[in-house]
Amino acid sequence: MSSNTIDLDPTELRSAPAELAPAGAHVPAGLDGPASRQPGETPRWYTRRWWVWALGLSGLVGVGFTVWLGLWVTPPDVNMGQLVRLVYVHPPIAWVCYLAFGVATLASMLYLWPRTRSRFWDRLAGASAEIGVVFGILTMATGSIWGRPTWGVWWTWDARLTSTALLIVLYIGYLALRRIPSELHVRSRRAAIAAIIAFADIPVDHFSVLWWHTLHQGPTVLTATLVPKITGIMAWTMLLGFVAFTLVYCWMLVVRYRLETVNERLETEGMGLVLVERRAEGIEELQGNPVYAMTGVPGEDAGAQGPGSALPPALAGSEPES
Amino acid sequence: MLRDAWLVAGKDLRIEIRSRVATNQIVPLAVLILMLFAFALGPGRQVLAPASSGLFWLAVLITALLAIQRSFAVETGEGAQDALRLMGLDSAGVFLGKMLAIAAQLVLIEVIIGAGVVFLYGAALHGMVMVLLSCFFGTIGLAAAGTIYGALAAGLRVRETLLPLLFLPIVAPVLLSGTKAWDAALAGTVSQGWPWIRLLGVFSIIYLVAGVVSFGPLMEAA
Amino acid sequence: MATILMESVIHLRSAIALAGQFPVLAGVDLTVRRGETLVLRGPNGAGKTSLLRVCCGLQPVSQGQAVVLGHDLVADRSEVRRKVGFLNQAGFLYDELTVAENVRFAVRASGGRKDRVIPALERCGLGGRLQSTAASKLSTGQRRRAALAVLVARWPELWLLDEPHAGLDAGGRDLVDGLVREARERGVTVLLASHEHDRAAPLADRIVLMAGGQVMGERAVPRQAALFPDEDAPVAGAPAEPAPLALPPDPGEWAPAPEAVNVA
Repeated sequence: MSSNTIDLDPTELRSAPAELAPAGAHVPAGLDGPASRQPGETPRWYTRRWWVWALGLSGLVGVGFTVWLGLWVTPPDVNMGQLVRLVYVHPPIAWVCYLAFGVATLASMLYLWPRTRSRFWDRLAGASAEIGVVFGILTMATGSIWGRPTWGVWWTWDARLTSTALLIVLYIGYLALRRIPSELHVRSRRAAIAAIIAFADIPVDHFSVLWWHTLHQGPTVLTATLVPKITGIMAWTMLLGFVAFTLVYCWMLVVRYRLETVNERLETEGMGLVLVERRAEGIEELQGNPVYAMTGVPGEDAGAQGPGSALPPALAGSEPES
Repeated sequence: MLRDAWLVAGKDLRIEIRSRVATNQIVPLAVLILMLFAFALGPGRQVLAPASSGLFWLAVLITALLAIQRSFAVETGEGAQDALRLMGLDSAGVFLGKMLAIAAQLVLIEVIIGAGVVFLYGAALHGMVMVLLSCFFGTIGLAAAGTIYGALAAGLRVRETLLPLLFLPIVAPVLLSGTKAWDAALAGTVSQGWPWIRLLGVFSIIYLVAGVVSFGPLMEAA
Repeated sequence: MATILMESVIHLRSAIALAGQFPVLAGVDLTVRRGETLVLRGPNGAGKTSLLRVCCGLQPVSQGQAVVLGHDLVADRSEVRRKVGFLNQAGFLYDELTVAENVRFAVRASGGRKDRVIPALERCGLGGRLQSTAASKLSTGQRRRAALAVLVARWPELWLLDEPHAGLDAGGRDLVDGLVREARERGVTVLLASHEHDRAAPLADRIVLMAGGQVMGERAVPRQAALFPDEDAPVAGAPAEPAPLALPPDPGEWAPAPEAVNVA
């Protein structure tokens, strides 16, 4: 099962001191093989920093322009007055929230699918879900700011509001699950299963809340009079908002993904060294213990093993007790 | 698969009958919850009777959480996960078995809470078909989703706090639909309840399938 | 390769197993033939238990080859589980169930026959009243006997015994020895990890020394010495042949495991 492989960046092994990982040992060979089997496993493109910078910068500029256009250039709406300006921010943020959850679900599925399983998808899912929760909370906040003057309440049990809130709670649970320290592939698989099972809940959630709401006849979000007419500069500003926030999402995703990679690498750092240490520790133990020293490997045999032999001279020289 | 399911369900139920946690702790707790609801809402029957369908399902949800935790607590001793895995039981069978055992306890709990709602809140149970159908699908849905999340959280040190966080948002549709179906039944407008029964049915099928498919990897991941 | 797989019950090549980030097995090479009784020696933390856990499909193999009873454990660890019997140190029993119920569940769940449960319990010294005792009331030794009873009732073709003598009284220890001897008579392959060398060595066809998650060396034990049954525990059905009472004075030289060359 490919989930059992150690996922290591081959570069890491290169950084291990050469004398501790001799050529005869199968430390580098064994770890190098399956880990680098898929070329996409440890992508290198993120090391091209200018790419990330450009993405971040364009997102920032886009958001800046949206703010400028939204606050100063565009006119207030006939019905909603200044409140209309939230339309340049709130829908794009909500879009990013759903996009992020969608990406997280898709990545989880691709992680569980044996053919496409790679750490890439797991890291992507975690990063995207986290951004999704942040944008989800922002969606709620901007919606609330808009709702207070419009409906006179901070919160209403509207269908879309309620199901979005439930969705955010679901993904907060998912993130909590991811935070629990365990073996890497165990944690990844558990999280991926949880993400997909949570996703299966979304349609049921949506319909139940929708019907629940319609039967209640509560306040409606968008009545005809409240829908602002969006044309000309307003439409362009809104479009720019969508593009800008999507760029910001992509930038955050790349940065968060990188952080995840570095974190994992920190956890798995020095795997080759640990293996060598573990083996050396066994030899030491046998040396130090007379009970086992008597069962030590005869010296002449160890000598016959050639230059590749890693048995220390002390053990190799010990005489079997009769 | 079915043989394994019976075996596991039999084992779980036997443990529950021996330990009497369900009857000695969970059932009294259910009654206590019903009393606390009354304290919170006031003694007037005109308040309690209309709210009884929602309170019924809320009480079921909370007690179901305890039953699920209990069901996985017996599998968390030292070497328990290994023992279960070593038996080579079919994972779908283990899922169905644990689910059936939890469902059996839920049925007991629902009977008690249902009776409590009738006696304490003065709810009039009309439309028994709808009430029973909603309980049937609701029980399967709760037990299936609960078994999945119980297994997901089992073996983790934070399982007591993690399980509610994962489980309760997922089963929110059961609370909604169950309540609506009961509302329809109690008000004598049974026809309005059918969409909710359908939704409960869809929910339980989704989680039954999800459990059967995902339990193998889940058992290995715990 | 194919013939090796046919003849060998366990075939490990450069097997690395991880617990978290720690390599509990740091590249094990081991081949066990059908019907062989192998004793694993080594200091604490040498990887003996981990090796047994790999062989019964509990511990995943991260790198290298691992084929047990024809099942490739790298590809699928679950298929092999019903064919092996693993006696681990923490023998798990459901506290609320009786001894007989626990054993019956374990045997039936792993595909064994129900009617063998009671004879197995009696053989393991858990007859009569003890069968209907709640598992929570058992002593450590009795729990170990219950675990043995599961093994006896199932009688799988590969036994993995982790410190089988630990926590048992004299009778229990003889019971273990008798069972291992009978198992070998009947062609069962046995892997036995033990610190009690005096107790385990007479049972072995081969003794393997482990340390640091590796096989460090091995030694064959002459067959007739290992075959000789203990005086206290005569094995039913075993040939009562007169034989020397102890191991031959010279146990022979420790030959390095051929793989130890590449491994270390």
